[in-house]
Amino acid sequence: MTPSEKYTAAAYLVVFVGVLAYVLIIASKLQRLQRQVAEMVEHLREREPEPADG
Amino acid sequence: MSLPALAGITAGLFALAIALIFFYAPTDADQGLSQRIFYFHVPIALTSYACFGWGAWKALLHLWKRREGSDLESYVAIHQGVIFGSLTLLTGSIWARISWGVWWVWSDDQLVLFLILFLFYCAYFMLRYSVEPGLQRENMCAVYALFGVVLIPISFLAIRISRSIIHPEVFTSRGPQMTHSQFLTFCVAWAAMLFLFATLYGIELAGKRLDVKLRELRELLAV
Repeated sequence: MTPSEKYTAAAYLVVFVGVLAYVLIIASKLQRLQRQVAEMVEHLREREPEPADG
Repeated sequence: MSLPALAGITAGLFALAIALIFFYAPTDADQGLSQRIFYFHVPIALTSYACFGWGAWKALLHLWKRREGSDLESYVAIHQGVIFGSLTLLTGSIWARISWGVWWVWSDDQLVLFLILFLFYCAYFMLRYSVEPGLQRENMCAVYALFGVVLIPISFLAIRISRSIIHPEVFTSRGPQMTHSQFLTFCVAWAAMLFLFATLYGIELAGKRLDVKLRELRELLAV
């Protein structure tokens, strides 16, 4: 590989790695939000009053 | 436009841009293969200006119309601008290393002004996270975002007002200084970057809005 090819590949790689890293960070944040929603649903279920007998 | 549609168009444009860059655009006689960095570097830089401009527009809407959600939209746009800005600096440095033999040139006005613009918007986050959330923080951030937008035309015109000849001037008053095939490739690459911004902006904004709603819900449940 010539130096020109190496640097060109590096420039394009930087962009793709950068975008990929950003997408991974956003994906992990969305997973955290999903977990929080699930916890809240669970919490609300626990708070629901017991149905009255009869 | 829905997020999946935006993501699909972005992927398609990127595939087309890569194909045009490596199989259609002619190889530069002077710089050789490394000139192809131009097709990503310049569109990324222009997209970062667009992000900062969009962030400033949203900040203006917040101050002017008091539209709900404008502050969050401004914040996300500026966040995207900083990401595109860091990619501009990284790809620019790599191109400078192969073309000029150095990673950075302090004497080049274009480089230094872009760095100032980038650092100015990096400091936006320091301001935002050092003030308690509320209307005061939203107003301060909006004013800061509007101040920064003044740097965009200065940074863009730096090549024209600069005496330095190290940074090539591609877009002149006589039009783009490149062949039709190079200009077409550049336009497709820029469209791909703008759609990438729109997609990432939509995804991040959706996540942030969900986060805000969840916080509100948690506060309501805690009562």
